[in-house]
Order: sequence, then structure tokens, then C-alpha cells
Amino acid sequence: MLKTLGSHIKEFKKDSILTPVFMIGEVIMETIIPLLMASIIDDGVTAGNMNHIYLIGALMLAAALCSLTLGILGGQFGARASAGFARNLRRAMYENIQTFSFSNIDKFSTSGLVTRLTTDVTNMQNAYQMILRMCMRAPASLICAMAMSFFISPRLASIYLVAVILLGCVLAFIVSQATKHFSQAFPKYDALNESVQENVSAIRVVKAYVREDHEIEKFKTASGNLYKIFCKAESIVIWNNPVMNFTVYACILLISWTGAHMIVQEALTTGQLMSMLTYCMNILMSLMMLSMIFVMVTMSAASARRICEVLNEKADLANPAEPVHEVKDGSILFDNVSFSYKKDAKEPVLKNINLEIKSGETIGIIGGTGSAKSSLVNLISRLYDVTEGRLLVGGVDVKNYDMEALRNQVAVVLQNNVLFSGTILENLRWGDKEATEEECRHACELACADEFIQKMPEKYDTYIEQGGTNVSGGQKQRLCIARALLKKPKILILDDSTSAVDTATDARIRQAFAQSIPGTTKLIIAQRISSVEQADKIIVMHDGQINGFASHEELLAGNDIYREVYEAQVSGSGDFDEKK
Amino acid sequence: MAEQKNQNGNKGPAGHGPGPGGPGRGPRGPRPKIENPGKLFKRVMGYTLKDYALGWIVVVICIFASVYASLQGTMFMRTLIDSYILPLIGRESPDFGPLQGAIMRVACFYALGVAASFTQSRILINIGQGTLRNIRNDMFEKMESLPIKYFDTHAHGDIMSMYTNDIDTLRQMISQSIPQMINSAITVVSVFVCMLVLDIPLTLVTLFMVGIMLIATKKIGGLSSRYFLAQQKAIGAVNGCVEETMTGQKVVKVFCHEKESLDQFNALNDQLFESAYQANRFANIMGPVNAQLGNLSYVVCAVVGGILAITGVSGLTLGGLASFLNFNKSFNMPINQVSMQFNSIIMALAGADRIFKLMDEKPEVDQGYVELVNAVRGADGELTEAKERTGLWAWKHYHKADNTTTYVELTGDVVFDGVDFGYNDDKMILHDIVLHAKPGQKIAFVGATGAGKTTITNLINRFYDIQDGKIRYDNINVNKIKKADLRRSLGIVLQDTHLFTGTVMENIRYGKMDATDSEVKKAAVLANAHGFIQRLPDGYDTMLHGDGANLSQGQRQLLAIARAAIADPPVLILDEATSSIDTRTEKLVQQGMDALMKGRTNFVIAHRLSTVKNSDCIIVLEQGRIIERGTHDELMEQQGKYYQLYTGNAVTA
Repeated sequence: MLKTLGSHIKEFKKDSILTPVFMIGEVIMETIIPLLMASIIDDGVTAGNMNHIYLIGALMLAAALCSLTLGILGGQFGARASAGFARNLRRAMYENIQTFSFSNIDKFSTSGLVTRLTTDVTNMQNAYQMILRMCMRAPASLICAMAMSFFISPRLASIYLVAVILLGCVLAFIVSQATKHFSQAFPKYDALNESVQENVSAIRVVKAYVREDHEIEKFKTASGNLYKIFCKAESIVIWNNPVMNFTVYACILLISWTGAHMIVQEALTTGQLMSMLTYCMNILMSLMMLSMIFVMVTMSAASARRICEVLNEKADLANPAEPVHEVKDGSILFDNVSFSYKKDAKEPVLKNINLEIKSGETIGIIGGTGSAKSSLVNLISRLYDVTEGRLLVGGVDVKNYDMEALRNQVAVVLQNNVLFSGTILENLRWGDKEATEEECRHACELACADEFIQKMPEKYDTYIEQGGTNVSGGQKQRLCIARALLKKPKILILDDSTSAVDTATDARIRQAFAQSIPGTTKLIIAQRISSVEQADKIIVMHDGQINGFASHEELLAGNDIYREVYEAQVSGSGDFDEKK
Repeated sequence: MAEQKNQNGNKGPAGHGPGPGGPGRGPRGPRPKIENPGKLFKRVMGYTLKDYALGWIVVVICIFASVYASLQGTMFMRTLIDSYILPLIGRESPDFGPLQGAIMRVACFYALGVAASFTQSRILINIGQGTLRNIRNDMFEKMESLPIKYFDTHAHGDIMSMYTNDIDTLRQMISQSIPQMINSAITVVSVFVCMLVLDIPLTLVTLFMVGIMLIATKKIGGLSSRYFLAQQKAIGAVNGCVEETMTGQKVVKVFCHEKESLDQFNALNDQLFESAYQANRFANIMGPVNAQLGNLSYVVCAVVGGILAITGVSGLTLGGLASFLNFNKSFNMPINQVSMQFNSIIMALAGADRIFKLMDEKPEVDQGYVELVNAVRGADGELTEAKERTGLWAWKHYHKADNTTTYVELTGDVVFDGVDFGYNDDKMILHDIVLHAKPGQKIAFVGATGAGKTTITNLINRFYDIQDGKIRYDNINVNKIKKADLRRSLGIVLQDTHLFTGTVMENIRYGKMDATDSEVKKAAVLANAHGFIQRLPDGYDTMLHGDGANLSQGQRQLLAIARAAIADPPVLILDEATSSIDTRTEKLVQQGMDALMKGRTNFVIAHRLSTVKNSDCIIVLEQGRIIERGTHDELMEQQGKYYQLYTGNAVTA
């Protein structure tokens, strides 16, 4: 994990090395000051030597200024290193995600990817900065101060050594206990928030069943438990302060007592005693700091792990060594194809599919949820690789095509389609970067989108909000169809893409296809029989297998599933919506 | 740990504000603007003082005690050097007896300090967590009482962030910032006094240096927060971009748009780097500048103090100087802290502002007084109230005018009389709705999205209140009926099914809390849900999580139907799902709904032809008005809008 992350420091290596160097420099300069202080007291004040005071004063001033410069430099380089590291991480993840195939994308949820790219990276950035600046500074400060103490008086310094070891052990114990308790407490906290979330989204249910009191009761019990568990966890953490105070005070008293004896015996000077007491604070504070850093860094480990998951994910589809760049025609051949999403799946999603579709045919596909209609068409543009068998497009195995060339010729309008923020024109040009306004308009006319675009205030320059919130479902679907048409593909696949378009418009779109792009092979997945009944042939999917492949009339006569669906729709549970 | 909480809380894209622990916290982030912070602060304090006044008093006493103890320690330095060390130097047989006594005395003070600081922290846990619990409970209780309108007009992510981020900053304020502020204030004042006692000129020098420090902090802080604002904006841009492309990643692949999307991201990412670098840079500089200015102050005092001690102008002794130098250090620290704590208090108050706004929202008004009671029919046909469940329900209607109480049988007769409604007073959605649903009838609403179908049904159970006209239930104005009782008499199956974390059994039982297991099963059988429930790994005891994410859309609907079935209400509101579930499940759902509708007054927002066709009355809505009504056959004959909808053909005039 560290290796993966470390490889993304790249151009910020220099900053990453300089930061701790400067931080250590700052600490050394800072540690010199109390030592010089001792000299002011002993050789200046006690000896009554004014010049010595001026001289040492100047030295101390210089040390403070040095320390200031080094500290500022360390801060700057640290900021650069950590912000840069974060940028590289984001870029590397994003780049890798762009190479993901559909099955890679399926593995991560959208929100999971977003969190990794945002919150997790921010956590890493903070942790990295902390490591660069504090992880060096705190131990350096501890060691320097300790060294100075030993330099002044090994006998007194050994008191600190004992104190450091004792305090270190106690702090480590507190931290480990606290983490244990907190890791038990946080799931409870999440559960509480989840129940709030549930109540917010299901408020109508709560109110309709008059269950407000029940929910309040439930919530109060949960929040009461949370109170108890957090009090318990926190009551461990609070030992930090008294323990620390106790150690500091004990050290001060011991040093004062022993130091007083030593001074009287002339084994120590007053100034030295004073600097010893200053170092005492430095040492113990650094220790405290270390324990805090430790906690924060361990907390960011979860983020680091999640980031690495994305970075280490390898795209499972690759271009062939000598790719074919041209798709000859729109014919499709499934040769005993089986497919499953996971390699170790027991039951394949598609089983022994054999299909021959001629270039220019219109094919309807119908079947229940989970009958693998989408899986079937997703194989054609090689969004997934077949597990067994062969799939030929234009007479060539899809694995032999250059993926971009193949996908430009096989246009898919996905079931969950998305428009991007930008003008309508910009969205359309996803299909063809160089498309003229005229071409875009033509595509929209075919998809019956021009009619509503013309009614919009800014027509083709209308801005689509993120997520396409300012167009209706049906309008979105028509825009997505137009976008796919602009590719001028040899094969056009509509995956339930007119479900929110009313029947009349749906019919007009199909009619436009038949007239304007007769040479394109068209595959139409639909729920409504009316959307497919005029197709040349209709595939009836059932449980990952082809149950029927014939024309509407033939299927009505000879296919039970098809007839069942047809009758249900004509006589009963058809849609009754005027969809716009 | 705050980090972790944040993550879990922020599920939406909006949650990337300056959360605790994130960038932009503490002295470096931009200060949010809030009105009247004083009043808010008073209210927050009032909240914690209400239950923990005694605790706070003890805390303040403890703070005094621990500050006093540490002052005694620092002052001891002077006595140690001046009275116990310097006089003994050079003595043949030095007597350490008095020193021993002095050290013991200081040790006592220290012990007091340690004990005080422990007590303080321990009490603060209870205060902090306890106040948090109380606020949470009050917030939730209030939230549950709010009208549906509140949830319509507030983003769910924003409501959630009050429970996570805002409450968390509030906890920090109560259990950390405020006590530290008090501690800092007491320390500054008492250290200042001690310094004055030790030496006035040196105190002036210290004050002068503090002045410089404050100016420097302010300058750098200003720069820093400017860049933090820029960073916040850049983060927003990157998050927006990430959110969008991750959602549309499959489309990106299909259109081979990877390179463009990468270029777009890289540009934003570079901008974020630049502003994050600048922002952190100034924030990082702040630390060393403060620390070294502190050191500078220390050095200057040491030099000036040294000179004063030698010349003896102001009577400063060596021990006094030693003590003073320590005070100098402990004077700078709290001053730095105060500005830091002040900022985090302001941040917390911004959160508190949102929380209190929620608490100040007006709850759903309920002036109803007609109650739903169990009833028995006497020999004379008159209804009287019964204690136990009789299966017969009646409206208990008290008439103030003549001080009588009448009982009206609950039958499910619903009348709309000239109803106008709008979510806001200035924009009416429904106009002059007139309809009468007799007990046992099925009323279907059809029309385009936004025609007002769902809105009408939301008026019957008073999720919203109407602007004009009357709705009568069993000939009683619904405004007179207690909301809880009104809703109890209405079943509702919404289009979006919401389930709760818990077992299948508990979810169905939601419709009737005291239902037995066999009643639950009976309801499930009626709703056609029994079959699939039995096939679940733990049957009725299968745990559902995250709104029933482990079930299919159709299965969730079946559960919702079962939940309504067990409540067994006389009036039912059904919002048929439009989403395309496969034909088989749809059939099950359809059968379940039909079974549920039997023997009740039904209002159906219909999407299925079969439902519409066998309705007693079909209401065609367009832009909030009833444009056609009648049975299927009648409407087909009219060849109007309904005909057009049904046939899918536009009427050619």
C-alpha cells in the first residue's frame, strides 16, 4: 500500500524531502535557545557581565530568526508536497478510472468512487502533511531536547528518560484502549444517522401510519445508548491530560529538588536548572504530540486503503496487438456465446446464445427483468467480454477490433442514460465532435427532439444542468438517441430508451429510423410490445436464453411467453400515462 | 475520528463543507457569516445550562483550581532560586529542610491541579455528550412533528448534515472550545497579574511583543482565509466534475470520451492544487511565525531582564527573572489559542443556527377534535363507545354548541367540495375539485405527470391543507378530525416504497403495531407477498437494510401492500408504480392490490389500463382541473382527452 501511494509523490519528491529537513532544522534552532538562556543567567546575570548578555542575546535572536525562516520554509514545502501529492493521487485515480471497463465500474459504486476521489484524498493530503511536518518534528524535538539535557547533566536527564518511557507506555495504552472503544462506538453512530436518514426519506410513511411517537421512542433509545457508549470511550481519552500533567509536575519537583542539591554542591548552575525545566516541557509535549499523530495517521489508513483499491484495479479489457480499425458492415453473429459478470459465477447470465443478424435489420428484444436483455446487447460493442464462444460484428471477432473504432460504429443508448452539464449542442457533439449545427439538428429531428428544443428559450444553446435536471425523462431519452445517431453508426442499440416517451412519439421515432437510416442495424430493447411489433424479427429472452426469434406474427402464433406478454399488455396492465 | 464520522455522514455531494478535521478548520478557514452570534451563543449555553448548570459550575471551579496550581508552580521557581538555592550556595552544611517543606507544599498544589483537571474533563464528557443527546432528541422529535412541506422544501442532505456535521461542531464547542476559552481567559488575566507583581517594565516588553504577534496573525490569517475561499471553490468544482463523470462513466466509455473527460478533470485538478497549496502554505506559516515571535519575546525579555537584574533598577531578582520567563511563555500560548477557539465557536454557532432554525419551525397544526373510537351498535341501532377492539369504528363528534356527543359510523365516504390548493398561496395547483367517493367505490385519477393526481390524494390525509373549499369524510369536515385519527383511517401505498431497517415481520407490522405473527402472515398472503418472503434466507425474520436494498422493486411493493393490508383501513390511497417491473411480478403486485382494494373506498393514481377500466369513476386531470369524469365506457364515447390517452392517438378534429 505504501509503495503504491509512494509512487505518486513524483515531482514533489524534492518538497517531500526538504520539508522534514527544514522542520528538523527549526527544531534544532529552537532547542538551542534555552541553552543560550542558561548562559545569559550564569555568565551574564550572575557574573554581572553586560556584554555577555548582549552577545548571547544577539545569538538567541539569530537562532530565533533562523528557526522562523526554516519553519516558514518547511511550512511552504510541506503545503506544496501535500497538495501536490493529493493532486497526483486524484489524477492517477481518475486516469485509471477512465481505462476501466464496464465490469471494473460495476465493482465500485458511483458514490464510492466519488468519496475516494474527494474525501479520501483530502484525508490523505492532511495525513501526508502531518507526516512530513510533525512526524519528523516531534521525535526530533524529543531527541534534541533529550540530548541537550544529557549534555547539561546526565544525572538529571536520566529522570526525563524514565519519565518518557513511563509516559510513553501509559499514552500507548490509553490510545489503544480508546481506539478499541471508539471503533465500537462509530458503527452505533452510523446506525443512528441511518435511522434519521430513513425517517427523512420515509416521512410520508411515518405520518401516514401515525408512527411519529414510535419513531421518536426508537430514536431516543438509540441516542441514549450512543450517549453511554461515547461517554465510556471518552472517559478513557481524558486520562491523557491528568497523566501528562502529573508527569510534568513530578519532573519539575524532582528536578528542583535534585537540582537544588547539585547547585549547592556546585555541580550545576542556576541557568542550567532553568533550561533543564524548559526542556522538560519540550520533551513531554513532543511525546504527547506523537501519540496524537499516531491516532490521526491510523485513522487515515482506511482512506489510503480505499484509494489503493482504485489505483490497483486493472482494466480487464485491452486492445488487441494488431487491431482492426474498420467495421465492414452491421451484421452480428453470436456463435454459441455464454457470459457471466463474475468469473466464478455458478450460473452464467447468458447461455449458449446463437444468433445471426443481417446488416440493416431491425431487431426487437423483449423479456422480463433479469432475462439478460441488456447483457446481450452490451457484448456487441464489447462493453464486456464474452466468457465462452465468439461474437462477430461485420464478420470480425469483436476482440480483434480497436475498441474505439468498434464503439464508434456500434452506438449504444444505455438504459440509465446521462446528459452532462453543458449546452444541448455540446451534449450532442459527444457523438461527433465535428458535427455542424445542421447535422445536429437533423439527428434531433430523427429522434423527435427538435420539436421541444425549438420551444426552449435558447434552443440548441439551452444549458443542461448537471444530471439533466431541467429536461424531462422523455426529453432526455430523445436527446440521448440523437446523440447516438450523430455517430452515424453501423449498428444502433436502444436499451429501453423510449420508456418515458409517449407511444405516438415512440412510433414516429421508429418510423424515422426506418426511412432515414435503413442501412443501420437497429436493436431495440423494449417493455412495450408496440415498440417492437413492426421489427423484422423479435428476440424473446427468458432466463438468459433465447426463447424465440421470429417476426411478431410468428411469435404470436408459436411463442407462449410472447403471447402472454402481448395479451397482458393489450387487455390489462399496459401503461396508462401521457408521457411527455 | 471526526474524519471518519464525516465520511459516513456525507453521503451526498453537498457534504464537503469545512467539516471538522478537514481543511478550512480552525483559525485558517473562512469564517461563516452569521447574524446575531451573541443571541445564538446565549441560546446554546442556555441549552446546556438547563440540564448541566451544576456541572458547569464545578467545571469553572476546576479550571480556576488548575490555573492556580500551575501559577503556584511557576512562582515557586522564584522562591526556589532566591530563598532556597542562592542562600545555600557555599554553605558548609546546607540545610535542605525548608526546601523539602516548600516542595511538599507545591506538590500539594500540583496534586490539586491534576485532580481538578481530571474532574473537569470527566464532567465535560457528560455535559458534551449529554447536551448532544438532548439536542438530537429534541431535533428528532421536532422533525417528526413537522409538516410534509418542510421535507419538500429542504434537501435531505442538508437535514442529515445537521445531525452529523453541525452537531459535531457543536460538541467541540461545548466540550472543548468553551472550556479552553475560559481557561485561556483566566490564565491570561492571572499570568498578567503575576507578571506585574514580578516586574512592570518586563511586562510592558511582553505586551509589546504580543501586540506584534497579534498583528502578524491577523495579516497572515487574512491572506490564508482568502486562499481558503478559493480552495473551497476549487474543491466544489472538482467534486462537481467527479460526481458528474462518475455517474456517467459508462456513457463516457460508450462514446470513447475518456480523453476529453480527463482533460477537463486535469484542468480543474490543477486549479485545486494551486489554491490548496496557497491556502495551506499560509496556514502552515502561521504556526512557526507565532512560535518564533513567542521565542523572540522570550529572548528580548531575557536580555532586558538580565540587564535589569544586574543593574537592580526595578528590584528584579534572579529567581524573579526565571519565573518571569516562564510566565512569558505561558502568556503567549493562551493568546494564540483564544483566536483559534473563537473561530471554531463561530463555526459551531453557524451549525447551531441551522439546528435552531429546525427547532423553531412550526409543527403541523392540528385543531381537530373529532376522534376515532371503537364502537358497538346497541339494540336500538345507536352507536356507543367501546373500550375493546370491536371491528366497528365510529367518529366521536363533540358539539360544543349544545354540549352533546354524537357517534358517526366510519364508512369511508369522501367528498371534495370546490377544493382549491397550492403549495404556496400565490400559485394554485388544483382548481375547484369536486368529487364524491361513496363507500366501496374505486376512483381512478389519470392525467399527465404534474396534472395534480398525487396532490389530490395528499389532501385527503391532510399532508397539506387546502386553501379553499371543503373535504368531508363521512360527512365531517376533515379539519375537525384529529390528524392522527384521520390518518389511521386511511391506508396508503406510495409509488416509491420505503421500508425501514428491521425484519420483514417488523416492516409489515408497521401497519398495526400490536398485530400477531399470524396476522402478519395473513396480510402477507393477501398481498401476494407470502411466497417470496418464504424464499428469503430467514423468511419473515430476514433483516432489511438501507430501504430494503436487498429486495427487488416488485418485492418491496408487495411488502408495502402487506403493510397497508394489516392496517385494514376503510379508505385506501394507492399510487401505482410506473417503473417497469417485469410482467410476472407485476401480475403479483396487481393481484395483491386488487385483493387489498376489495371492500374499501379506493383512490387510485392509475397507470394500468386494467385498474382504470374497472373503476367506478375515472377522473381525468389536466393542469389541476378535472376535465372529464365518468366510467370507461362513457369516456370512450365522449372521444375526449381520455379517449386520446387510451388509444395513444391524437384526436384529429
